[in-house]
Amino acid sequence: MSAAALIETTYREEHGRVIAALISQFGDFTLAEDALQDALVVALERWETEGVPRNPGAWLTTVAKRRAIDRLRRATTQDRTADVLDLPTIQDEPDMDIPDERLKLMFTCCHPSLALEAQVALTLHTLGGLSTTEVARAFRVTESTMAQRLARARRKIHNARIPYRVPPAELLSERVDALLAVIYLIFNEGYCATGGDAPIRHDLCGEAIRLGRVLVKLLPQSAETHGLLALMLLHDSRHEARLDKAGELVLLDEQDRTLWDQTKIDEGTAILDMALTLYQPGPYQVQAAISALHAEAATPEATDWRQIAMLYGSLATMRPSMVVEVNRAVAVAMAWGAPAGLKMLLPLDAEADDFYPYHAARADLLRRTNQREAAADAYERAIALCGNSAERSYLQRRLNEMLNRGV
Amino acid sequence: MKYMMLIYWNHAEKPDFTPEELQKLRQGWLNFNKEAEAAGVLLDYNGLLDITDATTVRVRDGKTLITDGPFAETHEQLGGYYVLDCKDLDEAISWAAKIPAVIAGSIEIRPMYIAGQG
Repeated sequence: MSAAALIETTYREEHGRVIAALISQFGDFTLAEDALQDALVVALERWETEGVPRNPGAWLTTVAKRRAIDRLRRATTQDRTADVLDLPTIQDEPDMDIPDERLKLMFTCCHPSLALEAQVALTLHTLGGLSTTEVARAFRVTESTMAQRLARARRKIHNARIPYRVPPAELLSERVDALLAVIYLIFNEGYCATGGDAPIRHDLCGEAIRLGRVLVKLLPQSAETHGLLALMLLHDSRHEARLDKAGELVLLDEQDRTLWDQTKIDEGTAILDMALTLYQPGPYQVQAAISALHAEAATPEATDWRQIAMLYGSLATMRPSMVVEVNRAVAVAMAWGAPAGLKMLLPLDAEADDFYPYHAARADLLRRTNQREAAADAYERAIALCGNSAERSYLQRRLNEMLNRGV
Repeated sequence: MKYMMLIYWNHAEKPDFTPEELQKLRQGWLNFNKEAEAAGVLLDYNGLLDITDATTVRVRDGKTLITDGPFAETHEQLGGYYVLDCKDLDEAISWAAKIPAVIAGSIEIRPMYIAGQG
């Protein structure tokens, strides 16, 4: 591997750890980033000629720390002369083990006093090592907008003194929830991507999973952290089957299940099993369990809909929402018949009127109970509200069936 | 680190309190002041009279413009402030959450300017 390629890999893998160590020592995000950039320039020169150190992350940290001290000194003495730095030689085995400070950094990046979009950008940039350009592209904003967003967030961390620490016990659980929410949001940004820039955005899924793995290692006693990682792996196992050749979404029932990634399914299921042994139930674990039940069914018909319906029932009490109610009614219909599902769905009418999954589910259940006219109306309403072209063409196909057979 | 806690509430919705409720409310503020003082974080505080007693001043092109009340129609108005000395934003948030007005109005936490910062 060339020095440049190795630096790139090292950067990605070690960025969060190195930056966290630097911020711990200097208490300054901007200084830490600038010093790491300096260190990368040095690394590029030195590794090219002298070879790559055995512990590249530790080497980078050592160099970056010296650069940071140097920058601080120059800032106070106005001394602009270039310093001859006492660099560690490549053979030096760095004497220190870098302590893992990434958890503190995550809590700072996901502090609730920062806007959610800033939390997401900071987490990806600072912990994930994504460049400003990459984060900007993933969120479809210009590079200067993203640079401003990051700078403003860093300034607030500094000026308002957002703490850099693992929160005390009384705050811990709500702050962990905030971390998980940010990681899941990053995952969903990638997962929901379709069309032209889908590959770029799918990287976000990988990044979220990587952050999830780090967090599981740092918070081994948090069941929901395991639950979220399991959920992301199980969802992501369907990646290859979710989009057709044109990049359009393929519905779960119609996916080629042989394309599902069994390794991810196995890993996700094992992590979920581990989470369940901690006896702290939570919404991520429940969603992961639902996803696992889909994953283990060889065909849509073989799905354990009864258990899925019950899991949606628990999810509805933990985190009530319209999506959960609609999915629950669909699962009930699959498990106990369309009339039972319809009975759960119809009371949602007033609140769900502009929510297309509600109309799509209602249309399907009306069709299955042979209420063609009502089904056709519901399909029309769903089509009018649906923004996804694959789902719209599915709904249109069903609507045509209703209209043709109705004549 | 000094934080100013700006206390906002909706004066239009001020309910008619019974004397007992009013007494309880006053006690709430006194308790907060006592607690903040005992913790060594209380630097300053004041309550403000209603915006109907406010005057807004601007100087434009050398002319002093004076208007009654605040410029904009706002639902929530500034009703008072605290200045607290806290070690970080989490501590400031925990104090803000105890200011009696927080359950009906809102508290804006503003880090105070230190020369050379910003």
